[in-house]
Amino acid sequence: MTVLFVILPIAIVMAGAGVAAFFWAVHRGQFDDLDTPRYRALFDDVEEPTGGIRRMKSER
Amino acid sequence: MTIAAERFSTTLRVEEACCAHCGLPVPAGLIEPSAEHQFCCAGCDAVFQTLHSCGLEAYYRLRELGDVAPRAARPTESAFQSFDSPTFHGLYVQERPDGLCCADLALEGITCAACVWLVERLPRVLDGVIEARLSLREATVRVTWDRRKLPLSRVGQALDRLGYTPHPARDELAREIHRREARRRMIHLGVAGAIMGNTMLLALALYAGSYGQMEEQYRMFFRWLSAGLASISLAWPGSTFFRSAWAALRMRTTNLDVPISLALLVGGVAGLVNVVLNRGEIYFDSLTVLTFLLLVGRFIQYRQQRWADDAVGLLFNLTPSSCRVVRGDEVIEVPVEALHERDVIEVRAGELFPADGVVREGKSTVNQALLTGESMPTPILAGDSVHAGAQNVGSVVRVVVEKIGRDTRVGKLVGLIERGVLEKPKIQQFADRVGGIFTVVVSIIAAAVFAFWCRHSLALAIDHTVALLIVTCPCVLGLATPLALAMAIGGLARRDILVKSGAALERLSGRGRLMLDKTGTLTEGRLRMIEWVGDESWKPLVNEIERNSNHPVGRALFEATPGVAGILPPPVLRGRVGERAVEGRGRATEPPPQPSPGIPGEGENAVRDVIERGDGGLSAVWQKKDIFIGSPIFVSRKGITPSQSINEAIERFENSGLTAIVLAVAGQTVAAAGLGDRVRHDSRRSVQVLRQSGWQPQILSGDAREVAKKVAEQVGIDDAAARGALSPEQKLSIVTERKTKDVTVMVGDGVNDAAALAAADVGIAVHGGAEASLSAADVYIARPGLEPLVELVHTSRRTMRVIRRNLAVSLGYNVLAAAAAAAGWMTPLHAAILMPISSVSVLALTVVGIAGRRGTRFFSKQERVGV
Repeated sequence: MTVLFVILPIAIVMAGAGVAAFFWAVHRGQFDDLDTPRYRALFDDVEEPTGGIRRMKSER
Repeated sequence: MTIAAERFSTTLRVEEACCAHCGLPVPAGLIEPSAEHQFCCAGCDAVFQTLHSCGLEAYYRLRELGDVAPRAARPTESAFQSFDSPTFHGLYVQERPDGLCCADLALEGITCAACVWLVERLPRVLDGVIEARLSLREATVRVTWDRRKLPLSRVGQALDRLGYTPHPARDELAREIHRREARRRMIHLGVAGAIMGNTMLLALALYAGSYGQMEEQYRMFFRWLSAGLASISLAWPGSTFFRSAWAALRMRTTNLDVPISLALLVGGVAGLVNVVLNRGEIYFDSLTVLTFLLLVGRFIQYRQQRWADDAVGLLFNLTPSSCRVVRGDEVIEVPVEALHERDVIEVRAGELFPADGVVREGKSTVNQALLTGESMPTPILAGDSVHAGAQNVGSVVRVVVEKIGRDTRVGKLVGLIERGVLEKPKIQQFADRVGGIFTVVVSIIAAAVFAFWCRHSLALAIDHTVALLIVTCPCVLGLATPLALAMAIGGLARRDILVKSGAALERLSGRGRLMLDKTGTLTEGRLRMIEWVGDESWKPLVNEIERNSNHPVGRALFEATPGVAGILPPPVLRGRVGERAVEGRGRATEPPPQPSPGIPGEGENAVRDVIERGDGGLSAVWQKKDIFIGSPIFVSRKGITPSQSINEAIERFENSGLTAIVLAVAGQTVAAAGLGDRVRHDSRRSVQVLRQSGWQPQILSGDAREVAKKVAEQVGIDDAAARGALSPEQKLSIVTERKTKDVTVMVGDGVNDAAALAAADVGIAVHGGAEASLSAADVYIARPGLEPLVELVHTSRRTMRVIRRNLAVSLGYNVLAAAAAAAGWMTPLHAAILMPISSVSVLALTVVGIAGRRGTRFFSKQERVGV
């Protein structure tokens, strides 16, 4: 059972690695917008546009 | 075809026409019976055409998925030239190493998932745009494009034509600060969560071990590990509570963080001591769970409040940042900050005056409703003075700038507002008041328990007191209160009611004085035709003549009369689109000069020579007859004496505060129209409901006293409670005179209300309000009418009911737990089981109590639409 003295610190270091990865993701801005991404999944089966926006007729 | 359009084509009743783009009702004057699609304004029509020509119709299908308030599209049709200037590029555009450019643009009109889809299709419909990423929350799109292929102004035009007018995202610094704050909270949450999970695993082993045999060395090891992890959790994410509690104690007040900090601190220190001395219980699992759950509650509330703040901040962004200065022969666009006294500026129809000044060239009409509360637009000529913030509704004028920035009339009002905000009494929030009582009660019980057990043994006394302090920690309140407030604020935001603080909701749940502004709050804030006297069949003629008028009277007549041909009007000026005018009560009191006026149209019947006379009316020629439309004075100046019935109508209109307009054909008056600022259809009902729920409504108006009384009568407010002709200072002093401890709520939209909004216990700015009133208010209602106010009051009541019920339930748990702890039955395992159960049950109650009835609208659909 003395293996616990080795395994537990390793487990905690691994958990720490996970937390570090989370820090990295937060600082990359991956959690900045929590509202928009959930909608993007809805758009997969929406047909894509066919035309383009033409230049304005009266360009002042 | 959209659902709205389908409904129209099956029933084809003029009253039911809904805009094919936005779904709002179509004004009678804009209905084209022959056309397939009906539009409430030219803007919606233009966007509809653009979407169809690009194959973007799926937008309408996506929009049906969400419950979004309809909103008319208002493309500006500007060329967005300023987007290409070097100054703009220097400020807002980042050049990437690969040669592409990147810019953030704030968009008007972002509401739902369909907007995300539409905006992010930009690269597909505009060659040269590489990527468009929309943030729904900030209503900001990050555009990446190739500047060798197209200038940013083309991107601006394209977004504008999709119905989202772009503006530079100006508050980059503020957004960066908020982003950092949100990231910091997210990291705290992550750390607290990870430590909670690991500590619970260790605790599980310890609990299991305490029933079986666990060798002493492993027990020690596990306890030390838990202590280490929990110390990190308490010292890093947990410091939030300690700081807040310390700040409150230094101010000699209390808040909910004081009892929380007490529990965390005592539990943490006692646990550490016990680990070091290798005796007694440790509570690290419960403490880390506490930290995590409390942070979750705070995070949710923070996000929800930021949302409301962002949404209001976005409205600030939309005020014009540039104006046109005349330099020699050319007119150039400059930022408002670059304006100097004695500059000559050009202000086009629909724009706001950027500074105080005197008109040099041109004549027009200005709408000062937001500044002074006057409902009637005032005509201006060369030599008249105009004020910053007023809207030019007529035609182009050139103005010599006299005062800028803080020296303008609006600038001085802003000073008043700032004073109002400073003098606003701070009301302690409910949870913090409870927190104070909590601290006192828990301390007394803890002292009693300690004293009682001291007689047996000191170690036992410490153990039981620590157990008591931890189990009585108001975790449930600390988690459930922010959650309840956040859910209520979020639900309201979805209904276009933006609440800036939870405290505002709390105060609205009480009862007290309700001060209502008149223009734009109780009334619609724009001119409308209220009554029509004369043969109905004259209306198409009026419609035809007023078709191109920019004058507010002309627009009101045009919108209230049915058209005949399929010609679309020019873009409607900035104003509230989509509310339909009451049909005039036609009374054919005298025979018209011709058996039937016939229908104006092509050939013989065409209307010719429409001339805006500028002295109160306009003239035209139709079927070789002279037509005059204008004020009674204008018509009599043309040598026309009104008939008796028309004269009676004019007198009646003027007595009831309406503006009279007369139609004369071939020297005879044939019809009269009464125009005024109509009371909103839901005002009377809302006032009634609000009074029933304990509020005393009063009217504070900047408009004439008689008009204020008239409106009071119409909405059912006592004559004595209606005050008119008030200056902003008088409004402020009425709001601040506090006779009782009652809550004072001020509802208004104008700059003249802003100081009062800031000083009131709760300031509510309503739809279409001025920038100053938005900054001063605690709540912004982005939907017209008073019905949202009723909804707001009822939501706040419900929320506070849920919060009080949470308090009762958690107190019940606490009394049980405290009794068990005092008796010495509370073990760490009991605490670890009791805490999640109490939290989950109270959270469930909160979610059911608030979300369960989120969808209820207060009024029936008929009452809302005003049919």
